[in-house]
Amino acid sequence: MSAVAAANPPVSPWRDFWRQLRRSPLAVAGGALLVVLYLLALLAPFLAPYAESDIDRDRFFHPPTPLRVVDAQGRWQAPFVYGTRAGRDQSYEVDASQRYRLRLFPRGARYQLFGVIPWDRHLFGVDRPGRIFLMGADDTGRDVWTRLLYGSQVSLTVGLVGIAISFSLGLLLGGISGYFGGWVDTLIMRSTELLLSIPGLYLIVALRGVFPLELPSQQTYLAIVGILSFIGWAGLARVIRGMVLSLRRAEFVLAAEAMGASSLRIIVRHILPNTLSFTIVAATVAVPGYILGEVFLSFLGVGVQPPAASWGNMLNAARSERVLTSFPWMLLAPGLAIFLTVMAFNFFGDGLRDALDPRKSPAASGGGS
Amino acid sequence: MRTYLLRRLLQTVPLLLGISALTFLLLQLAPGDFLATMAENPQVSPAALDAMRHRFGLDQPWWTQYLLYLKNVFLHLDFGESFSRHQPVFTVLRTGLANTLLLACAAAVVTWALAIPLGVVAAVRQYGWPDRSLSFLAFLWLSVPEVLSGLLLLWLAASTGWFPVGGMRHLDHDLFGPLERLGDTLRHLVLPALTVGLIPLAGRMRQMRSSLLDVLRLEYITTARAKGLPESQVILSHALRNALNPMITLFGFTLGSLVSGSFVAETIFSWPGLGSLTLEALNTQDQYLVMGSVLMASLVLIAGNLVADVLLAVADPRIRHG
Repeated sequence: MSAVAAANPPVSPWRDFWRQLRRSPLAVAGGALLVVLYLLALLAPFLAPYAESDIDRDRFFHPPTPLRVVDAQGRWQAPFVYGTRAGRDQSYEVDASQRYRLRLFPRGARYQLFGVIPWDRHLFGVDRPGRIFLMGADDTGRDVWTRLLYGSQVSLTVGLVGIAISFSLGLLLGGISGYFGGWVDTLIMRSTELLLSIPGLYLIVALRGVFPLELPSQQTYLAIVGILSFIGWAGLARVIRGMVLSLRRAEFVLAAEAMGASSLRIIVRHILPNTLSFTIVAATVAVPGYILGEVFLSFLGVGVQPPAASWGNMLNAARSERVLTSFPWMLLAPGLAIFLTVMAFNFFGDGLRDALDPRKSPAASGGGS
Repeated sequence: MRTYLLRRLLQTVPLLLGISALTFLLLQLAPGDFLATMAENPQVSPAALDAMRHRFGLDQPWWTQYLLYLKNVFLHLDFGESFSRHQPVFTVLRTGLANTLLLACAAAVVTWALAIPLGVVAAVRQYGWPDRSLSFLAFLWLSVPEVLSGLLLLWLAASTGWFPVGGMRHLDHDLFGPLERLGDTLRHLVLPALTVGLIPLAGRMRQMRSSLLDVLRLEYITTARAKGLPESQVILSHALRNALNPMITLFGFTLGSLVSGSFVAETIFSWPGLGSLTLEALNTQDQYLVMGSVLMASLVLIAGNLVADVLLAVADPRIRHG
């Protein structure tokens, strides 16, 4: 054991952490999927062939257009799609006489990449009047793939922004509660109990009632983040308080006090960093809750309103009996996106938990005794 | 036991006060002047508005209003008037609550009727293929949100016609005989109950598995096997009884979360419970109904936790004397 430890030079905690994380295939898969998902959201306007609410009045509920490489005569071709003719009751038949080649980097709707760079090139597209609907079109002829990408910008960032706000609150209030004790502690802990004893979804809806129902989409977004953060800090604050209580009398805290550091400085600079590994794991595991909170509100029709896209209001558009039976892609596309995102966070969170678990010492797990 | 129960009941009093204060605060924060909006609504009679103003002291300062609100809610079960339904809020809530509780109980049946046998199978065949495949499925299932599983079940109902796609009763429900009525309600109950009941299934199954595994390691099980009892009897009548103990206390906690979980299922399947009511009230700006149902849902959650604690105290003497 000691021979092995001597052969391995000491590694920094972060190096060890990466080593641990890489060892879990599920964590790596989850992390990679998350990187892909957030890249998709970041590059959404470029990857989407159309603008966010580009309506096609002739193609309501158009089914997905398969990308073909073999034409009707059985000859190989560069990738293309067939045109379609509208039939009765939103049915479409393939018209093999119209062929539209898949073009790379065509000019299309103007947008601003990353919100600043104006551009009009898209990754792919087909010439007008052809249309490419990789995942079909919705009830007003908008491309579902495009809406999914733009929707991910809302749904994926709600999680991160919500976590950032509610975890700052939870850490600070939990820290104050545990450090000072007394009536401050009682007040904060009673508030968390209050928040935790109201069924979550009811509280979300009740808080939504505080804001006007009709809001511009940016303000709705802020309202949703605010509501979810207002609820989310409570659980974390309780755990952090417990951890702070156990650190309260630690020697490094007493030393900082003896040197005259202010209470806030001791909490923020000395005590809270010790809860970091727990906080990181808790935050990762909590993100899906915020994403689903947005999905829930938008699904109920009181969140992000169309024409702005979000995964929740895409599900809302799919909830009628007729859409489910005849146009199932409207459910499957956002449903699969939500499932993959939640799964990625769960896998990644599990891997993080194992990698950051202090009970596994670096020597025991890294040295291979 | 009685003192424990009393102490535990007293603890809920400040909680109830806090929740009522929060709902009252949210009532005040809601946009617009409530009375003015209602006065402009031709469907609201001035008499009802006057009665409301008088009962809740709506022209008084806010602290008088809060005390009146408390008095009305807790002493007279008067949650105010639902202006969209022209009924007292409590009358509306009573039906909604009954429907939600029915759904929650059915969901609990789904959860436990599946979790216990599956957990037992996984424990008995530990690391065998049933255990592995169940673990894998449970792991995947944890990532399926309720909105999605509910919509998938709705899709199933819509495309096969096996189950009604929403509501609680057939249009001709009132013409049916008693047995037919029961069958009709049950048929409407299946999908919402599945939606709500399947969410906690993965967790409960894992808990049942580990609880049974713990018991199977004990010596009295070895004794039972040594005296030649058949394995089925060892598991079912010796081990299972003790393994179910921790599950009983979990039951109370789940009841609370089932009520919260029924919100989504209710809106997907138009089940006329508290959740549907709350949403409808939010959309019609019926503030007193929104806050009444939040208060009501919290009551159920608190009651569920209370039941869980009492069950725990019954099962474990250290708690009730501690």
